Amino acid sequence: MPSNLVELCDLKVAFDGVQVLHGIDLDVARGESLGLVGESGCGKSVTWLAALGLLPGKASVTGSVRVDGHEVCGAPRSMLEDIRWGRIAMIFQDPSSSLNPVLRIGRQIAEALAIHRQLHGEAAKAEALRLMDMVGIPDARHRFDLYPHEFSGGQCQRLMIAMALAGQPDLLIADEPTTALDATIQAQILDLLVQLRAETGMAMVFISHDLGAVSQVCERVCVMYAGRIVEQGSIEQLFSDPRHPYTRGLFDAIPRIDGPRQRLIPIPGTVPNPKHLPEGCAFSPRCSRAQEVCRTTQPSLESMQGGRWLACHSPVPEPSQAARARILEFA
Amino acid sequence: MTKSLIEARGLVRIYQVRRGLFGQPTPVRAVDGVSLGVRPGETLGIVGESGSGKSTLGRMLLGIDPAQSGEVQFEGKPLPRFGTPEWRALRASMQLVYQDPLAALDRRLTIAAQIGEPLAIHDIGRKEERAARVEELMSAVGLRRDQANRYPHELSGGQRQRAVIARALASNPRLLVCDEPVSALDVSIQAQVVNMLRDLQEQRRIAMVFISHDLKVVRNMADRVAVMYLGRIVEEASSDVIFQSPQHPYTKALVSSVPVPGKVLQGRMILQGEPPNPANRPSGCAFHPRCPVAADICRKSAPPLRPIGRERTAACHLIQGETAPIAA
Repeated sequence: MPSNLVELCDLKVAFDGVQVLHGIDLDVARGESLGLVGESGCGKSVTWLAALGLLPGKASVTGSVRVDGHEVCGAPRSMLEDIRWGRIAMIFQDPSSSLNPVLRIGRQIAEALAIHRQLHGEAAKAEALRLMDMVGIPDARHRFDLYPHEFSGGQCQRLMIAMALAGQPDLLIADEPTTALDATIQAQILDLLVQLRAETGMAMVFISHDLGAVSQVCERVCVMYAGRIVEQGSIEQLFSDPRHPYTRGLFDAIPRIDGPRQRLIPIPGTVPNPKHLPEGCAFSPRCSRAQEVCRTTQPSLESMQGGRWLACHSPVPEPSQAARARILEFA
Repeated sequence: MTKSLIEARGLVRIYQVRRGLFGQPTPVRAVDGVSLGVRPGETLGIVGESGSGKSTLGRMLLGIDPAQSGEVQFEGKPLPRFGTPEWRALRASMQLVYQDPLAALDRRLTIAAQIGEPLAIHDIGRKEERAARVEELMSAVGLRRDQANRYPHELSGGQRQRAVIARALASNPRLLVCDEPVSALDVSIQAQVVNMLRDLQEQRRIAMVFISHDLKVVRNMADRVAVMYLGRIVEEASSDVIFQSPQHPYTKALVSSVPVPGKVLQGRMILQGEPPNPANRPSGCAFHPRCPVAADICRKSAPPLRPIGRERTAACHLIQGETAPIAA
């Protein structure tokens, strides 16, 4: 039995001949929690939509996606349907648009149970109630027959999570699950995700642009830029000493809630248009450390010490200096 | 202490909301007795969750949404009624920036034409000078000269927001109300726009009301911060103080709910439940059903906003004015 639950190998996606994903290699181990960070359009959602065969027909997907060692890229629909929700479940940013507005909530959860676990009637209802309890819907019994619009945004997201758990998935992909929610509700949902993972032992991929949220729920992070992974490592490694200038730039650009108030350090320029990607490293036009070689050759993702990966010709210098500089900043 | 540029006293805005197709309209107090003041060149941040009335408050300050009770004074004079010629003239000195720049821009006009529109509306400068003024505004917000004849869809999100801000600055306003101006932007672009707003404000001494749900951004922009919950201000203090030592339990929860990069989830104060429906306001302190320290008195009477320290107010029964004696 292969050690990894999901293995993506050289996954490429193009829409109408415009390549948006340039070969993603990514493994998700059993029970691990992986964060995928990047700005809009960097391909973090597309990666997983492609892996699950959820992209529209005009997208051309190449490469390999293995779930438990079985190739699923280009697999027949019946096999994909077994994997989706059964093995790998996905929840999205806007819960109210993922729920069917004209079906009662209990029926929607029961439907998922019927498809994936062949539970019907009373058994399905009992299990649906258990799931609703588990995700923290108060008074589940009386709210079983309500419609989605009768729940608030945070509760709809909880219901989506309950549906995702219906198939007892090995992997939950959460695509910006808290972006549309208020601050205090976001904290509740993050807490719930952490707790559910501890209870069920499932793996999780957490897609977000919010580095703060990612660091709360994940153990490992991949930073993506313009359809490529540029840096990968554990939360501690990446947050204490980011080596890729883009990762570093992302950290600097986030306003802080503690420490002295200071001017933000933005990354100059904008994300490149996938139709006209710059020559060489896609980040080079915005990078303060770019050298000649960055503008001509694409750096490959290389393995580094401590299980980290980095794709950069001129990385941010070694941790000790960077860390010292940061300590000085705060002193 | 300098006098306030804009001052609001006891603002109330009630919407009639119908529940269901034939339901009785019920009054919703979106803004419920809010008083605040902004001095020239100062930034007041307003934070709160959705439905707390922060956007309505922003619109009321500009007179777009009429107040049912209370009044707004701009430079010591009461705000003229919405739609009157006096109000229109005054709008040149108070402008609004929305969250979604694509919705705020006319997609059939080039951005140069749109930035120049306020000049024509308020009859500022001679026609020949206007083109030069537009160019100056564009460079002030960091747009390139060759982008003048682009249409909104040809620009990125950050550039569109810059165009909206340039347009708002065209009439040399003294007050700028920004309603979630950077919420739709990516982190790296957000930082660019936040820095730009701060620079523009410092150069032009514009007073700003900065409405956002993102505490981190507000902390960076605002001199003073007011926290709203269900239509009322529950705490107000300088932005350094309020984030370092929040006093009101709701502010405490808000501050602790902000995920800090690199710190694992622990010891955070996570609120139970959701913000209540404004149409169905809890009795007493509106926050008491979610409040971890609520006492009997909180269920019975609503706490007034009272001073709890130097230039610092909060509305909570359980906060003692320990830092300074309460001056009535």
